[in-house]
Order: sequence, then C-alpha cells, then structure tokens
Amino acid sequence: MTLSASRLWLRYNSILAVASAVLVAMFVVFLSLHPRGLSVGVVTTSANKGVLLALVAMAQVVPVITRGLDLSVGSVMVLSACVASVSVNGDHVVLGILAVTATGLACGLCNGVLVVVGRLQPIVATLGTSAIFQGLALLIRPSPGGEISDSLSEAVTEPIFGAVPASLVLLAGILIIVWIPFRKSTFGQACYAAGSSEGAAILSGVPVGLAKTGAYVLAGFFAAMAGLLLSLVTLSAEASATQAGLYTLNSIAAVVIGGTLLSGGVGGAASAIVGAFLLRTIGDLLFVFKAPALWQPLFEGLILLLAIGLASIHVLHARSRLAQFG
Amino acid sequence: MRHLVISRSADLRPVLVVLVALVSIVAAGAALNRNFLSAGYLLQQLQIAAFLGVLAAGAMIVILLGHIDLSLPWTLTVAGMVGTAVAAGPGRSALAIPVGLACGLAIGVINGLGVAYLRIPAIIFTLGMNTVLQGLMVLLTGGFAPRTEATPAMAWLANGQLVPALPNPVLVWLLLSAGILVLLWRSRLGRYMLAVGNREVAVYLSGINSHAVIVACFAAAGLCSAIGGLLLSGYSGKAYQAMGDAYLLPAIAAVVLGGTSIQGGRGSYVGTALGAILIVLLQSVLSVIQMPEAGRQIIYGLVIVAMPLLYGRTVPA
Repeated sequence: MTLSASRLWLRYNSILAVASAVLVAMFVVFLSLHPRGLSVGVVTTSANKGVLLALVAMAQVVPVITRGLDLSVGSVMVLSACVASVSVNGDHVVLGILAVTATGLACGLCNGVLVVVGRLQPIVATLGTSAIFQGLALLIRPSPGGEISDSLSEAVTEPIFGAVPASLVLLAGILIIVWIPFRKSTFGQACYAAGSSEGAAILSGVPVGLAKTGAYVLAGFFAAMAGLLLSLVTLSAEASATQAGLYTLNSIAAVVIGGTLLSGGVGGAASAIVGAFLLRTIGDLLFVFKAPALWQPLFEGLILLLAIGLASIHVLHARSRLAQFG
Repeated sequence: MRHLVISRSADLRPVLVVLVALVSIVAAGAALNRNFLSAGYLLQQLQIAAFLGVLAAGAMIVILLGHIDLSLPWTLTVAGMVGTAVAAGPGRSALAIPVGLACGLAIGVINGLGVAYLRIPAIIFTLGMNTVLQGLMVLLTGGFAPRTEATPAMAWLANGQLVPALPNPVLVWLLLSAGILVLLWRSRLGRYMLAVGNREVAVYLSGINSHAVIVACFAAAGLCSAIGGLLLSGYSGKAYQAMGDAYLLPAIAAVVLGGTSIQGGRGSYVGTALGAILIVLLQSVLSVIQMPEAGRQIIYGLVIVAMPLLYGRTVPA
C-alpha cells in the first residue's frame, strides 16, 4: 500500500499538525477575549514577541536536527544585541547590521569547530562558549543602554501599510531567503542525514563534519538576527545572563512543542516557529483569561510541562517494549 | 562505541589534570596575595565548595545514567523555602530539615517517573518541572508571607563546627561523598547505574528493572539538591526566590571538569568533588585580583571548554 503524499507528511509531522491546530485555536480565543479585540496594535505586539522567540528557536532547531544541542543561542542573541547597540546607529546602519551578522556567524563557527574538530559533546562545548559570549557581551556593554537607529526600529517593529506586522514580514523573508535554500541544499540534506543516522551518513560519503559545523554557524546567524530584532524592539541592550538563559531554555521547549525530536533528524523551521508562537500565546491567554496573577506562573509551568510531555512521550509511539529504549 | 568502564583507574587522567590545575591556581593565588595560603581562608573556600560539591554530587548521579537534572535550581529553592515555612510556629522548628529533604525526594521521584516510565527526555521534563516549581513558590510567597528565616538547626549545620576546625558543611559533604563512593563502587545499584548509562536496553534485557534504577537515581539527585538548599539557606540565614539559579551551570561544570562523560556510563566521583573545589577557587582567585565580571566569565568559559579537550576526545559514532 502506498501512502499519499499528505498522509506521509502527516505521519512524520503529527505533532506539528496538532501544535498548529492548537495554536490557531488559542490565537482565535485570545483575539476574541482580548479587550481591544482584533486590532493591529494587539497583533503587532504578539507578533514581535513571537518572532523574537521564533528566531531563537530556529537557531536551536538546526543543531538539534543534527542530533546536537546549542546551549549558547541565548548568549549569542544577547551578544549580538550588545554589538547592535554600539553599531546599528548614525549613518553606518548597514555596516552595523553586517557587524551583528558577522558576530553571530563567528560565534557559531566557534561552537561548530569545538564540536566537530574538538569532538566535545555539544552540551559541554556550548555551555563553555555561552559563558565566553556572555563575557564578551559585558565587555562591549558594561552597563545597559546604547543607541539604536530609530528609523530602522520603526520600520521593523511597526505594522506595514497599517495592517501587517513588519516583524512577520521579516520572518517570512528569512524563511524564503535562508531557510528554504538551506533545506533544499545538499548541506541541508546532510544535516538531516547526520541527525537520523550518523554512521550511515558517513558510510554514504555525506560530509557529516562539514554539515555539523555549518549547522552551528547557521544557528549563530539566526541567533544574531534575534539579537538584532531584540535591540530594535527595546531600543537598547543589556548583557543579561538571566535573559540569555531564559531564551535558551525557551528555545529548547519551543522546538520540542513544535514536534522536533531531540534525538535528531526530524523537525525544521516550521516546528520552531509554531512552537515559539504557541509558547508565547500560552502567556497571552492566561492574561486575557484574567488568571489570578499569583497562579499565572504555576499555570504557565503546568501547561509547559503538559505540552512538552505530550509532544515527546515515547511510550505512545513504541511498538514493542524494547522500542522504548530507542 | 562507548566502552563499559567499571574500573577506577581508567578515569584517573581527568583527576590528575584537575589536581594540577588546582595546585597551579593555589600557587598563583599565593603569589598574588600572601593571605591566600592561610588556613582560615582555605577552610572558608572549602566551606563554599561544600555547597557546590553537594549539588554537583546530585547532578553527577543523574549524568552517569546519561540523563540530566535541570530542576536543580528550584528543587533546592523549594527545599529551603518550604522547610523554613513549615518551621513557623512554636515547637515546629525541628520540622524544617526533614520536610525540606522530603520535598527534594518527592520532586526527584516525579522526575524519575517521567523520565523512566513516560520516556520523556530528561532535559525537557526536568526543565518543565523547574518552571512548575517556580510557579509553586510564587504562589507560596504571594498569598501570605511565610517564614523564610533559617532555623537554628539549619544555621548550625551551615556555620557550626561539630568537629573542631572543620566547618559542618564540609563534614556533610564528606559523609555524603563516602556514601556515594560506596554506592558507586561497592553496591549493586552502582553497577546498574553505570550499566544503564552505557546501554540501558542491555540492562533491561538482563532482567534488571532499569526503570527503578532511573527513579532511584533521580530521587537521590533530588535529595542532594535539597541538602544543598537547606545548607545554603542556613548559610545566608534565609531562603529566598531564585536562590538556586546561580548553581545549575557551576554544578554541571564541576561534573564535566571532573571527567564524567555527559553521555553517561563513565565518570569519577573524586573528579567531580575536585571540580567543585576548582570552580570555587577559580572564582575566588579572580575576585582577589579584582578581575571584572566580563573577564571572569570568559576565563570560566575557557576552562570549561579547554579542560575536556585535555581529557582525550570522544570517538565519533
């Protein structure tokens, strides 16, 4: 029996499909209950918060596809925001954006080289580099502040034509210009191959080492874009380790909720984006439901635990008791 | 291929590297500041290292299985905060320590059940657990103002000296370490732990209840976090929100510096203990020479990256 293309897609993306449906339902409820209803302002604010986490989650998803993990995405984001706060202003905005991008790529290259050439476990390598990036961010920005181009900030964080949030357009642009070519390229295929079966990929002549290094570099790029957006939203930057840690942990939660497996080979930008928006909408929903302020963090935690639990329960998929050990 | 290593000698190299690093830090510190070698100063550092050491011991037990416990920060906070809260009221101050320990044990058991039976990857299950615990503590402190001052017993445990010239936390750490060493090298559970870390399915097929091994280890890790939380509350005089946030990464770093494989199945407890001392001494020396925070972070990160590079590299799959 052959499965139709859509059935086949559903089989491998069941979690993503469920998560997308839940996200749409939650967002409709959010908009209908929001005191200001469907207004451009409400949607733009949600979009900016969502796109920010979506970019960090996209940074996380690339190493995860190769069966790695990047604990430094939050630090790269904060470092990039700090670089932006000293460079993306005055009459050298374009140069500043290039500097931010180069920062992200360089950080990613460090991680990739440590994992592939140094053969360190990804968790260990990125745990160490996250401290280093955090230190560099503090060097660049010892105290919160900085100056960001106002006109660029307005262009990216306000709605376009008074209707579509510009941050969503930015995300779509990054998807089309960066993600889709990556996904279709040999490099992208090699990343998926390395994650689903590294041994088979090596034996088939797939340049696994190069692909893994590239995955961390691409993660650095997405994290740098997140940092740039963060600085444009807040119009300043702060070398905050707490913020970096929070974004790193949320990025892992987001990719898992969106259906990316930490065991590698499965997932992608769609799961990162859906997971990130889902995570953000949970917080928004608790706000419009007027949950008692004291209970809000507990509700958020319980829903998060439930969501990541449901998305990653292995016993439900296991066909035999041995299959659970993976 | 990872090899089943159950002998102690195979894990000697990281221990030696950490020892050399420790000696050079002490030598550098002594060269910079004469007071560095005084017994009082070194004992104080050992006392601070004991807090981290207890937490790192718990982190290591779980890492040996190939899992990780990210709920450490709020488990230790819950132990401290709930322990001090139930001690409010006359005649109830004796309850603080047992209740705090029970909290850690209960959290650990839940973590273990989620990881062992639901097969949810530990990194995300314990992350979710951490968020839930944080929510619970916001609820605890927001609705009413609970007692947060440490009980006299907790303060004594963290600051007193049962054995002259030996701070109590160091004594607690030594006793706990002895227990863990016996567990790892002289008990059946210890052998099962290393075996689960190497290849869980083989353990399962040998007729051993590998799920129970996982639950037991997470419970032990929760208990270690709780001990750490009670000691830290006693040391600072009170329990407070987010008191554990600064300890997660150093605890994992201590385990990694000690040469334990983050994939599980291989490691040395002595290495972890020395790793905790190394981190505390390094932080202390950097603050003695008034290194700015930025430089401290960079050096700290370089150490975490550089030392495992010296231990020999993992073989690719």
